[in-house]
Amino acid sequence: MARSAIIGLGFTPARPTSAHQSFKEMMFEAAQRAYADAGIEAAEVQSFVTCAEDLNEGLSIFDEYTPDQLGAALKPMHTLPQDGLHGIADAVMEIRSGLMELVVVEAHSKASNILTLDWIVDYATDPIYNRPLNLNPHYIAGLEMNRFLHVSGVTAAQCAAVAAKNRRNALRNPTAAYAASLTSEQVLNSPYAFYPLHEKELAQPVDGCVVLVLASEARAQRAKGQPVWVRGVGWANGAFSLEARDWAQADYCRLAADIAYKQAGITAPAREIQVFEVDDTYAYKELQHLEALRVFATAKKAARATAQGATELGGPTPVNVSGGALGVGNALEATGLYRVAELVWQLRGQAGPRQVKGAKVGLAQSWRGVPTTSGAVVILSAD
Amino acid sequence: MGYRKVAIVGAGMTKFMRRALETPKELAWQAAKAALDAAEMKLAQVDCAVFGSAPDVFDGLHMKGEYLADGCGGWRKPYLRCYVGGGTGVFAIAQGWLHVASGMFDTCLVVCEEKMSSCLPHPQGAFLTIFDNFTEQPLKPNLLWIFALEQNRYMHTYGITQEEIALVSVKNKRNALGHPCAQLGAELTVKDVLASEVMAWPVLRLMVSPTSDGAAAVVLAAEHVAKRVTDKPVWIEGVGWCIDTTYWTNRDLCYPRYVERAARMAYAMAGIREPRKEINIAEPYDPFAYKELHHLEGLQLAPKGQAPKLLADGVFDRDGDLPVTPSGGLLGVGNPIAAAGTMKVCEVFWQLRGEAGARQVPGKPKRAVAQAWGDLMQMGTVVVVGV
Amino acid sequence: MNGEPKVARGTPLSGEDIAKGKAFLVPYTPRFRYAWDCGEAIGRYFAELKNGRLIARHCRRCGRVMIPPRMFCEVCFRPTDDWVYVKDTGRVNTFSLCYVSWDVRKLRKPEIPAVIEIDGASPGMGIMHLLGDIKPEDVYIGMRVRAVWKPPAKRTGSVTDILYFAPIAGGRRRKAAARRQKTLRKKR
Repeated sequence: MARSAIIGLGFTPARPTSAHQSFKEMMFEAAQRAYADAGIEAAEVQSFVTCAEDLNEGLSIFDEYTPDQLGAALKPMHTLPQDGLHGIADAVMEIRSGLMELVVVEAHSKASNILTLDWIVDYATDPIYNRPLNLNPHYIAGLEMNRFLHVSGVTAAQCAAVAAKNRRNALRNPTAAYAASLTSEQVLNSPYAFYPLHEKELAQPVDGCVVLVLASEARAQRAKGQPVWVRGVGWANGAFSLEARDWAQADYCRLAADIAYKQAGITAPAREIQVFEVDDTYAYKELQHLEALRVFATAKKAARATAQGATELGGPTPVNVSGGALGVGNALEATGLYRVAELVWQLRGQAGPRQVKGAKVGLAQSWRGVPTTSGAVVILSAD
Repeated sequence: MGYRKVAIVGAGMTKFMRRALETPKELAWQAAKAALDAAEMKLAQVDCAVFGSAPDVFDGLHMKGEYLADGCGGWRKPYLRCYVGGGTGVFAIAQGWLHVASGMFDTCLVVCEEKMSSCLPHPQGAFLTIFDNFTEQPLKPNLLWIFALEQNRYMHTYGITQEEIALVSVKNKRNALGHPCAQLGAELTVKDVLASEVMAWPVLRLMVSPTSDGAAAVVLAAEHVAKRVTDKPVWIEGVGWCIDTTYWTNRDLCYPRYVERAARMAYAMAGIREPRKEINIAEPYDPFAYKELHHLEGLQLAPKGQAPKLLADGVFDRDGDLPVTPSGGLLGVGNPIAAAGTMKVCEVFWQLRGEAGARQVPGKPKRAVAQAWGDLMQMGTVVVVGV
Repeated sequence: MNGEPKVARGTPLSGEDIAKGKAFLVPYTPRFRYAWDCGEAIGRYFAELKNGRLIARHCRRCGRVMIPPRMFCEVCFRPTDDWVYVKDTGRVNTFSLCYVSWDVRKLRKPEIPAVIEIDGASPGMGIMHLLGDIKPEDVYIGMRVRAVWKPPAKRTGSVTDILYFAPIAGGRRRKAAARRQKTLRKKR
């Protein structure tokens, strides 16, 4: 199959607020940065994909508001109400089909502009079976964590350690919003938010925008800088209904990962991949996802490895050296693209104090948050 | 081009209704099942699913795609929702085509659904939120405004009358009488249309498609699978899509250049040089009567400003030289936004296989185009199919 | 089993069915509140509206003067260069007479939305607003209009600081307007 590569990355730093820019101005800044990074003119781009949800923007048919600030007016452009990694999957399909050579993927968050964010998350729950319970929807993550702890044998303290690790990792990341020298004790001592989730185990919302330029192999060979190759991309949904899902396992993640691994020819992820950026919207999710990704055989093993420092920078299996969503922030549909941004820096050798030595292959994984069982995986390589 | 050949091998849809008893999931399921049954395939043979739906505010759901995944066959499979306003129903087929043409999957189930009736007091109200939050919403616009503004500009630019536009309602509602799923099939005259209530001059009530609940679905397959599944695959020969600038008040609305660009993209892929000669059936998007004419011109099937004349001459009748909207369209069958576009794709699928029952276009049509429109007079989505 | 649906699935409900409780309904009123960052372009646009002025942005490469203003030129894909005040007069590019409100109430007196090409901006550069101080049958495309502003103390920095656009005295009437007057009179 024809290969595709990321040849340009542009972004605005993740920040809790961004009052100086409208969402259009934020997108324009990120796009200018991405095209400069790729060494291209906007006019060369053939197709554009925006990942956005109407209710997060507060505008219906949001794709109406996306073309001008990306240079997409009078061009093929469409929106996916999905995570940014799904956008990458779409771009890869456009390139592999031979239809397009140069495709831009964008996602952003203006979470600070949403005054009633939890109500909007609640609006995603089943209106007949679940919503009438009138609970803050994060309870779904609490239910899942509780079941997960029970089945996997992972402890609350081990989950708290993930939160502390990722907040500390963010100290090395200038694009992160929530860097902090946190300890596991501080996390465990924070009040319960949605038992057994502690407050400090929930990723907090951020504003920010990421724009990627993807190219076909032929086009990437002519690119200005070093292309970062897409080795594999997979995505999947599990059961939507709360009543029909497996509460302990992230089946959507395993299904997505297996598709990506097959494309990439990877059979032993922990050995063949050097850097992992996985979803940690709630701290326990990192461990659940590491098991689903087959990076560790069980979540319990992932938890023990974390306690031993194996997933720290410098360890054999670095996970979320960027800080993940806990450290960078929950950027709504752009969350997966911030994970990919980290991989791009790592694989270009440009990650500075966060650099994983010898990083040649990286994996990014996203989850769309409660109440979904929707996720995607992208595997990138330096050559 | 490096893409694989992809065919539509099955199609299905629900009735289009003002208010359905069925939930959104049930509507999606019924259409998906009907399409699979028509293709004599099981869900296990489907590699991936694509879902299309328009504003989440109608169904009363955020992340509507996730909620509807199981009704669309997206359980434990790669599943993607695409969304380009009203253009979604045709674009979803292009999205599905990408899945198979790229070689990543061999089969794809494409489902489009809309349940507008959940929105109270009337789905119309939800359209307020499509307008610019800073420069337009404070004026309390409604959807009728933007269509009426465009219809007026189109009429003014080319000297087109309401009488000429009314003929579209007459043709499409009559065509819809032959559609088993139609909400508003009727035998009307131009006089009836002109006598109907002024909604937003120059738009009259019988020139407006209804709000509807409904779903439609198609099954796509790569060539080697298509040939096993059916002896009459309908090949997707071209796909095209194009979005114009957000700033619709800075544009002349008399001509949909975004439809032209989308059409040219699809025609180039399909190797079509003279669309008016090479296309046998057209299903342009007709949410308002004048829009069918507007879109026919964008599709290069009529010179600018001339579509009304060709319509009056009978060229676009079911037994005319270029049958247009033999399904009955949004005006006659109904307008559950995204599902309406997919209904048009279902129609050209059935027409090219000679399976359109009472609506069958005579002769042996070989090539057809389905087109949808969306956003703020912005989005054109086109699919060309052939046998 | 090929061909179009032999059995059309779906169960239509009438308004009466709903009123008589023939189907279970779960009512829900959403609570969505947003506070959108205006950013630079719209922030300035609103500030100038409060001062009773319309402002646009100019791109030196293509030469367009754009309203509503934006910090990027979508044609050249580059930052726009200058702020340019434009007039609060213009020409009607298109209009409608709408007898239904956004929340589906019938209106006896129509709202008159229009696209108004603003003097001083590039040709065809229109904004949407309402027309007022005019009989519906007298509106025509090409009509020259001027903004009617709220008194300064009542302005908040919004597009509604302009109440509506009204005809500039001495404008010509056109045949189309006369034809339409006949149509409207028939409906009454």
